[in-house]
Amino acid sequence: MGVGIEVTTLNAWYGTNHTLQDINLNIPANHATALIGPSGCGKSTFVRCLNRMHETNPIARVTGTVRIGDVDIYADAKPVEIRRRVGMVFQRPNPFPTMSIYDNVAAGLKLNGYKNRQALDEIVEKSLKNSALWDEVKDELKKKSGASLSGGQQQRLCIARALAVDPEVLLMDEPASALDPVSTSKIEDLIFQLKSQYTIVIVTHNMQQAARVAEKTGFFLNGRMVEFDSTHKIFTNPADKRTEDYITGRFG
Amino acid sequence: MTRIRFQQSLDELKEQLLVMAGLAEQAIQRSIEAYRVRDLSICDLVTRSEVAINRLEREIDQAALDLLAMEQPMAIDLRFILAVIKINADLERVGDSAKAISDRVRNIDKMPAADLPVDIPKMATLASAMVRKCLQSFIEADAEMARSVLTMDDAVDAMNKAAYKSLTKVMEEQSHLAPQALNALMINRALERVADHATNIAEDVIFWVQGADVRHHKSVHGGRDANAKRTVVAEEIGKAKE
Repeated sequence: MGVGIEVTTLNAWYGTNHTLQDINLNIPANHATALIGPSGCGKSTFVRCLNRMHETNPIARVTGTVRIGDVDIYADAKPVEIRRRVGMVFQRPNPFPTMSIYDNVAAGLKLNGYKNRQALDEIVEKSLKNSALWDEVKDELKKKSGASLSGGQQQRLCIARALAVDPEVLLMDEPASALDPVSTSKIEDLIFQLKSQYTIVIVTHNMQQAARVAEKTGFFLNGRMVEFDSTHKIFTNPADKRTEDYITGRFG
Repeated sequence: MTRIRFQQSLDELKEQLLVMAGLAEQAIQRSIEAYRVRDLSICDLVTRSEVAINRLEREIDQAALDLLAMEQPMAIDLRFILAVIKINADLERVGDSAKAISDRVRNIDKMPAADLPVDIPKMATLASAMVRKCLQSFIEADAEMARSVLTMDDAVDAMNKAAYKSLTKVMEEQSHLAPQALNALMINRALERVADHATNIAEDVIFWVQGADVRHHKSVHGGRDANAKRTVVAEEIGKAKE
């Protein structure tokens, strides 16, 4: 099951560039939350702070508190443990190109020392079913490489890989922006199904996509959270003029 | 400023709706004038304008549909286009009411004149004022002005009820005047509907400008108690007399 995320006074820097400023946010469990905003507004940095990926950059720095469930991820946990609990899917699908479909999904588990063959088979099948890819690849699991799949299939493979380690949170950074409309709608349907089991945070430039899949939406601008509310409110009657200007395309 | 072409399309849609509004308002004024001076040539004008109103209704709906499909509007733009579609339908119904009044005038013209206990011009003045004000609130995107229209509707409702009572009495006690009383009653009812359409339009303006849905909420219309409501009704009737 997913858990809620509580962000308090989060600040982030790249060198001297103060990219996130005083972000306070409660992301509800088992819901999809969309983050929107112009390029460079800090939304991707924000999600990278939720699984401690931001700090992998040597000039990056973070202050503030992020609680995932009852764990303060910057105080109580190791980054590797956090990244197991918080899966991430990126804009461009990035399957391990030389590995089979099966090995792609099992990679995280094997890395964690998981060796039970039968249990692995079951988890791979379950993960591929949960990512709506199973029916398309079940006959060639170990014959085909991840890279031989179509773009949309590769992205669902990456989702299966993220799900295999049984995370509580799934971060998605523009997961459908490189996909055609049919593949995009499959990913969106998937998000809809997955949110009953996981807490999903999705960064998107596609406003209609945010409106379709998320119950909550946050608007970022210049490193600040301008507005966070129900998706319905944000897209029909936002409280802040800057949000309205952005979503109606009158920004800048 | 971005989306310049989209903004131009929204401006054009607003202008089209204002043309429609002008025709509907003119139709209702003409129908009342036809009643007042018993001139059937004015009724012909009302019938002709209804054709133009119906054509324009389809054009506006199509333009709004195109914008929804192609521009995928959000927030205030989305509310504006939804409001236009609904206001468009209400204006068409105002045109229908004007036509209904002029049809009644044609009936009345064939009957002997009768002195009936109902002041149709006064009610028409108030209903027309509501139409004018709600359209002005649309032009100026003024939600407060739109709210004042909601208050005026109470006065029209009160006048309609009073007319219903007095005309029913005429029908009961002076049966030879029943046909004239029935026509007057139907005109009254048409005017009451015009006021209802003006109320709907005002509610749509509030929705567009503020994103608030004030339909079916009497308290939002001003939150008045019964005494205050009676005072407002009396004031509105007084203004209409002037």
